[in-house]
Amino acid sequence: MTVHEDDIEKLAELARVRIAPEEVAEVTTRIATILGLVDQLQSVNTGAVEPMANPLDAVQRLRADAVTEGNRREAFQAIAPAVENGLYLVPKVIE
Amino acid sequence: MHDLSVAELALGLRAKHFSSTELTRHSLARINTLDTHYNSFITVDETGALAAAAQADARLANGDTSPLLGIPLAHKDIFCTEGLRTSCGSKMLDNFIPPYDATVTRRLREAGTVLLGKTNMDEFAMGSSNETSFYGAAQNPWNTQRVPGGSSGGSAAAVAARLAPLATGTDTGGSIRQPAAFCGITGLKPTYGRVSRLGMIAYASSLDQGGPMARSAEDCALLLNVMAGFDPLDSTSSERPTEDYSAGLEKPLAGLRIGLPREFFGAGLEANTHTRIRDALALLEQQGATLVDINLPHTELSIPTYYIIAPAEASTNLSRYDGVRYGHRCEAPRDLHDLYTRSRQEGFGDEVKRRILVGTYALSAGYYDAYYRKAQQVRRLIRQDFLDAFTKVDIIAGPTTPGPAFGIGAKTSDPLAMYLEDVYTLAVNLAGLPAMSVPAGHVEGLPVGLQLIGQHFAEARLLNVAHQLQQASDWHLQAPPEANV
Repeated sequence: MTVHEDDIEKLAELARVRIAPEEVAEVTTRIATILGLVDQLQSVNTGAVEPMANPLDAVQRLRADAVTEGNRREAFQAIAPAVENGLYLVPKVIE
Repeated sequence: MHDLSVAELALGLRAKHFSSTELTRHSLARINTLDTHYNSFITVDETGALAAAAQADARLANGDTSPLLGIPLAHKDIFCTEGLRTSCGSKMLDNFIPPYDATVTRRLREAGTVLLGKTNMDEFAMGSSNETSFYGAAQNPWNTQRVPGGSSGGSAAAVAARLAPLATGTDTGGSIRQPAAFCGITGLKPTYGRVSRLGMIAYASSLDQGGPMARSAEDCALLLNVMAGFDPLDSTSSERPTEDYSAGLEKPLAGLRIGLPREFFGAGLEANTHTRIRDALALLEQQGATLVDINLPHTELSIPTYYIIAPAEASTNLSRYDGVRYGHRCEAPRDLHDLYTRSRQEGFGDEVKRRILVGTYALSAGYYDAYYRKAQQVRRLIRQDFLDAFTKVDIIAGPTTPGPAFGIGAKTSDPLAMYLEDVYTLAVNLAGLPAMSVPAGHVEGLPVGLQLIGQHFAEARLLNVAHQLQQASDWHLQAPPEANV
């Protein structure tokens, strides 16, 4: 699988990671090398092997649908970059 | 004091040969004078440590016999510590003071351990050399021109240099075992689900596992006794009961069948390292173990499999860093999109960005089946190799790494060369198995690690084998020269 600079720019946009224009070429080369490595898997015959998400094949443990945590809004917002009146502040989204 | 084992320290505390406060001051003094050479700590918490030591002394005076009471330790800076900065080696979390404790942190606090500080690590645990840390590379105490390994490099260096008798680490693809091997200490990656992941900052959630790092298997067992156990707050925590990991250390090895994977002793293994590993295996054989050649045919595929699964999970996990709720936020964002992208551009280092991009690629529409699903299928084949082998042998042994610690800067320009370092450790994480690295001598003054791999939940057996090896050898007792300066 070959990967081009515009693919990397699209991926960076999807991942919300900006890559500086002067770095795009180098990042592309490095990502292409890594993808070259992982492409080895394409030649493995995996047929009907069931994909494995958990090494113990464990299933999600469920608990009663009950409130167990207290409200710790002040503690959580004390470490936020910008808050006001209990709300997280972000740049204006709607004009 | 810094050469005593944890069991000896505990006896000394109880016999009032020294107090926890004296022991803690001793460790803090060593950190202050020696860590300028190693950069193994990101944060040293002198005030908190002395307060915890005073509390431990009060408990000791009351006759409390908890095994780790009053013992100093260091946490990898990936475990959340309430009120104490937890950076994960990243600029993104340089200002992050957790509002809660990791379960591991809480358990060890309640056990009366004294937290000295938080150790250096590769950024978000992504690396095998500790060089991707925002706080600079840590140095190997055996030779400060060499890397201590990674990602738990600071923990390994701190234990090797006798700055702390115990440290926690995490292992996603070898991050406890490889630095333990490079620094000449003992480290254990438990079975997936044995140690709670709550409050352990996530990298690749189906692989991440916390574990003990110490000078000996005996000390690792004491630390694992506190770390391990079911946690209802971790959805993948195992409900299987734990055992006393110290209880079976003295069991004789007679009749033990040790499998040696042919794939671990091939062309990639450096010759002198190979000799050291064979010497250590011969010691186990002298104690009654039988060595059996086995095959793990998919070993080589563990590298591409890991480098799809881990980045895919990382790209998902790291999407939480948005510059809104905690962590780094860029100055004067133009709009919400700019806030996200610039905060992440500034907050993440190059290796973290690369893995996010690779993971995003592997999960994107049109490529998911070819990459992520395929990797999950091969992951099952890799685990099956081990399950098949364990029908013939009790444990598996081989080298932890292809050679001893490499030079600082030697592999930073080529991520692939760095990835290939992990060829003997990755498959264990993919299969969810427990594994250790145990000191096995030196090559040109640098430590070599013997890897022991066990069946799921066979931590006690691994510790037993490692302890018996350490009863017959003194490699784990050797200290790096710099520590005695």
